[in-house]
Amino acid sequence: MSMATEVLNNPLELRISDRLAKNFRRHFKERVIEFILMMAALSAVATTVGIVAILLYESAGFFAHVSIVDFLTDTQWTPLFEDAHYGILPLVMGTLVTSGIALMVAVPLGTIAAIYLSEFASHRVREICKPILELLVGVPTVVFGYFALLFVTPMLQKIFPELPGFNMLGPGIVMGIMIIPYISSMAEDAMRAVPMSMREGSYAMGATRFQTAVRVVAPAATSGIIAAYILGISRAVGETMVVAIAAGQQPTMTINPMEGAATITAYIVQVAMGDLPHGSIGYQSIFAAGLVLAFMTLFFNLLGHLARKKYREAY
Amino acid sequence: MQPTETPIKAEARNLSFYYNGGHKALKGINLPVHEKKITALIGPSGCGKSTFLRCFNRMHDLYPGNQYEGEIVMHPDNTNILQKAVDPIEVRMRISMVFQKPNPFPKSIYENVAYGLRVRGETNKRDMDNKVEEALRGAAIWNEVKDRLHEVAFNLSGGQQQRLCIARALATDPEIMLFDEPTSALDPIATASIEELMSELKNKVTILVVTHNMQQAARVSDYTAYMYLGELIEFGNTDTMFTKPSRRETEDYITGKFG
Ligand SMILES: Nc1ncnc2c1ncn2[C@@H]1O[C@H](COP(=O)(O)OP(=O)(O)OP(=O)(O)O)[C@@H](O)[C@H]1O
Ligand SMILES: [Mg+2]
Repeated sequence: MSMATEVLNNPLELRISDRLAKNFRRHFKERVIEFILMMAALSAVATTVGIVAILLYESAGFFAHVSIVDFLTDTQWTPLFEDAHYGILPLVMGTLVTSGIALMVAVPLGTIAAIYLSEFASHRVREICKPILELLVGVPTVVFGYFALLFVTPMLQKIFPELPGFNMLGPGIVMGIMIIPYISSMAEDAMRAVPMSMREGSYAMGATRFQTAVRVVAPAATSGIIAAYILGISRAVGETMVVAIAAGQQPTMTINPMEGAATITAYIVQVAMGDLPHGSIGYQSIFAAGLVLAFMTLFFNLLGHLARKKYREAY
Repeated sequence: MQPTETPIKAEARNLSFYYNGGHKALKGINLPVHEKKITALIGPSGCGKSTFLRCFNRMHDLYPGNQYEGEIVMHPDNTNILQKAVDPIEVRMRISMVFQKPNPFPKSIYENVAYGLRVRGETNKRDMDNKVEEALRGAAIWNEVKDRLHEVAFNLSGGQQQRLCIARALATDPEIMLFDEPTSALDPIATASIEELMSELKNKVTILVVTHNMQQAARVSDYTAYMYLGELIEFGNTDTMFTKPSRRETEDYITGKFG
């Protein structure tokens, strides 16, 4: 007896096997889709792992020549000089000072902008303001660099005549302006996600708009606002062009924003654009510097993560 | 009506309301709210109960394009609180509200209750402590929270959160309290405690409550208003309304034949 007749004799079985086939097809399709999605997600993970691996590998070469203690305690960074010193501190300092200035500008202004856009601006004003603010994100950082060097610094020199042409203050401020939209748009999203019922509760108690925004909405959005700040910090710490152009690329152990200095990123781009041979210690030094940058970013992200956990939304 | 009735605290006079799109959600409502009594608003979903309630604290002012017509007159001062010249914040200082879903602020239990006082510029710590305690006692939650006043309010259970919101609304000594389905998100036990609480509260404050629950209206309220499609169909003593309503629609709704 052939299969066909058997199936024909048993219509129920036909339906079952039919369904099974369909099931199998659907199942297969889902597996394929799942696989594609997983690969997409993995590509990001793999890139990160790859970067860290390369950083570690090349840094290992560096640390074979330079002791970690020197690297972390020496106050000079002159890897390309005859008398080479490999102290990362000046670069870390430059990074922290410029980022600190940037945040002092971007955090208050970004937060205020977010509060305004989310709680005060009418629909129309918001529709006009947001795209303009977000336009800032699209401006190439080179432009910001020259803006700092050729416009902001000369203006600051009118106030502080002794300010040198290369300094950390100008680029720090410009970097701050640059990251305002990152902070404001993310903080605004966080505040707009606060349910209307929370605002109504505040208004119903006789609160004004300002009281509602500052005492209820912003606290309710704390975790999202912190995330916005963390993004701002990451942007500032990782920013390269502005500082490379306007801060002078001269590693200096100072916390005085009126002096020029180099940041980790500025050093990396400076060396990477030069023509040091692969495998030379100068070449390897950029990976050690990159590793420090990665650690710094990781540290700030961790801090942000902890802060967010503490202020987790629970409405 | 009977001469034994208590004074009227507020009354809606020919009140109509239009939502932004022009939808007429209330149609010429006349309703007295008796002082230190509980007035229940009942009616099928979408008939305008919340809309009506939210006129009393000018909540509709928060959204653009909404429009009131007619008056809500508050006594004894005889002010029409819907007048443009009257600041909605002034109105909300006198009339507080408890919402359907408990909506505590992301603050400590203490700060939640103190919120209205702070907004009113109260700074004296001693006075504040006293008023917060009094409000929490008034909302029958003091014993449960007195040892954790500085914990964040979200840790409380739903029923506790709702009583906290009642304490919050109570702390500022309002003349009228509005309740919009205050127990619909709660279990029967929490509901019973809130109902009991409302019955106690009416000794000192006038209450207007929206409810979907006929038994609740019958249990707690002194007066009942039945609304349908934006109109007030019938208003009267709760006992009368539930035993011999004068309108057929009311009877159908109350007995569950419709709605
Ligand atoms: N924000 C709004 N914009 C436009 N129309 C609205 C708005 N809110 C409510 N409405 C409409 O107004 C009418 C009354 O709504 P309301 O919320 O007052 O009803 P309700 O009696 O409280 O109903 P429920 O018992 O379901 O809460 C409904 O037709 C509703 O669709
Ligand atoms: Mg309602």
